[in-house]
Amino acid sequence: MSDHNYVPSSKLGKWFNDRLPLLSLSAHLREYPTPKNLNYWWTFGGILTFCLMAQIITGIVLAMHYVAHADLAFDSVEHIMRDVNYGWLIRYFHANGSSMFFLAVYIHIFRSIYYGSYKSPREVIWIIGMIIYFLMMMTAFMGYVLPWGQMSFWAATVITNLFSAVPFIGESITNWLWGGFAVDSPTLTRFYALHYLFPFLILGLVILHIWALHIPGNNNPIGIDVKKPSKDTVPFHPYIVIKDLFALLIFLILFAFFVFYAPNLLGHPDNYIEANPLVTPTHIVPEWYLLPFYAILRSVPDKLLGVIAMFASIFVLVILPWLDTSKIRSAVFRPMYRQFYWILIIDVFLLGYMGAMPAEGTYLLIARVATSYYFIHFLIILPILGRKEKTIPLPLSIAEPVLEDAEKKEFNN
Amino acid sequence: MLKKKNLTIRMKNFFKPIFIIFIVFILTAFFSFKVFSSENENKLLSTNWSFKGFTGKFDRASLQRGYQVYTEVCASCHSMKLLSYRNLGEEGGPEFSKDQVKAIASSFEVTDGPNNDGEMFTRPAKPSDNFVKPYQNVQEATVSNGGAYPPDMSVLVKARSSGADYIYSLLLGYDDPPSNIQLDDGVYYNTYMPGNKIMMPNPLSEDLIEYNDGTKATNEQMAKDVVTFLAWAAEPHLEARHRIGFKAIIYLIILTLLAYFSMKRLWSRIEPKV
Repeated sequence: MSDHNYVPSSKLGKWFNDRLPLLSLSAHLREYPTPKNLNYWWTFGGILTFCLMAQIITGIVLAMHYVAHADLAFDSVEHIMRDVNYGWLIRYFHANGSSMFFLAVYIHIFRSIYYGSYKSPREVIWIIGMIIYFLMMMTAFMGYVLPWGQMSFWAATVITNLFSAVPFIGESITNWLWGGFAVDSPTLTRFYALHYLFPFLILGLVILHIWALHIPGNNNPIGIDVKKPSKDTVPFHPYIVIKDLFALLIFLILFAFFVFYAPNLLGHPDNYIEANPLVTPTHIVPEWYLLPFYAILRSVPDKLLGVIAMFASIFVLVILPWLDTSKIRSAVFRPMYRQFYWILIIDVFLLGYMGAMPAEGTYLLIARVATSYYFIHFLIILPILGRKEKTIPLPLSIAEPVLEDAEKKEFNN
Repeated sequence: MLKKKNLTIRMKNFFKPIFIIFIVFILTAFFSFKVFSSENENKLLSTNWSFKGFTGKFDRASLQRGYQVYTEVCASCHSMKLLSYRNLGEEGGPEFSKDQVKAIASSFEVTDGPNNDGEMFTRPAKPSDNFVKPYQNVQEATVSNGGAYPPDMSVLVKARSSGADYIYSLLLGYDDPPSNIQLDDGVYYNTYMPGNKIMMPNPLSEDLIEYNDGTKATNEQMAKDVVTFLAWAAEPHLEARHRIGFKAIIYLIILTLLAYFSMKRLWSRIEPKV
């Protein structure tokens, strides 16, 4: 990397930088050579960093007013909504923030899958990313429990009960998770503690994620290795910074629309009913971003196998770099993969939709087909496709296709 | 070249059926959902709510009338434990004057204490007190109402899907049961209640109350007013939210445009054409 020989101009800067090279780090971040053909799907990394920080900051303010006790939690949330200055704004920002966070993370993940960003030499970035995603799901789930409404309580009951499927020790595990013999105050308190802890674990992993990214550098829409720095790259600052900022602002407009004009659209109305262990809601559904996994869980008739299938659906993503045998990264040059990619997208949407429907009749049948296809895509289609597929020849550099286009234009003129 | 083209065409032919299968799946799912939902739900009644839309505000007079409906009709069974009398005078709510709020509060009795003698005593409520509950606890409320707990109404509008329309419809949805449905004593037929059976007798009737401002108390009027009041109770900062949101989004749009032009300017150094 070019910035190892960075020397601060001031004497104090040099003195400090010799002892802790923060200025070198900052110079590295500014100069970091980035492929210049990155499209807007690449701006979601920055957006996600914003989401994480926004969740942490709003979350800490909420924690100052929230009370984690079964008898007080619901009212304390309403106290935030009613009596805390701008409490409604902070809470709606935090609650909708989780949805926006997941929206961004799904785009980020599917961008990776389309452009093959998980492939060598970026496997570690991908795996760290998957751990972050898994922690995000756990954090979001525990956060959903905190308002202690009906959906909170029953979601906690359903999810913790999954562990009772473990043979022999299942029941002990569930009781250990609950801190008692049912979901109650002890469960709520530990979920609160972990909900506070996990975002900081995620933050640490995000730093590793970015560090790992800065070793090989960004992938790009063409998916070829780029010489750095060269005419194919631009310094991160100001070119990528301004582009990320522009995309973030557009994202924030959508975010603001939800926070100010549809703050409860993505939530479930039952969560405004205080938790009641004696009344089960008609349909227990998780938040929208967990629906595909919920559909996979329910589409397997056996409880234990269902749980295994659900975890396996995440695990196949973790080992994706080795399941996809194609050396070509970008789907732009893989005509068949591109088709399967879109089928996978449809499949995941379908799973999400089935997760929201009752698990019976046609819905269950469709969910089963979609679940099978999900695994077939990763475990059968991808390994075979990588060997059989006829790919389109790659350009030699990022500048090449651009130049070609320009030449064609001149020729036509 | 020719061979390559043939291959792509063959691939396309191979994938077409898969696509068609998926589209059929989605259509089936969508269609069955439509059938499923239209079977179970009547279309809810609605009215022109003043608080909907980007600049929606509560109709002050309607909120004040709605409070009257609540205290004179609903409050005998339904609590609103999350509200205090002071809320009635706050900005964005019914905005009763300070004196009115004090007068309203003092018309209720609350238990306070213990005093220096260690005894509980009753006193007139102050604006800082929570709304007085009709029953001591859930159990008492349940047993006094034939086994059906009248839910607390503080956040009721948010606790039902399309809350305002739903409660409005429910209040106007009482009807004679169809001949094939037998109702037990204390159970009533309501078009909009899930399952059509409701334990709450029809709470509204023409001219049930006499509005302080002289508005004629039709069923529709009372239902609209009380739902407006409940919508405010569930979301007391709705007006501030709409006001701030409008400004925030305009601010963001302007900032986005500025960022866009800065970006174009900066990138023109790299790619003059783009």
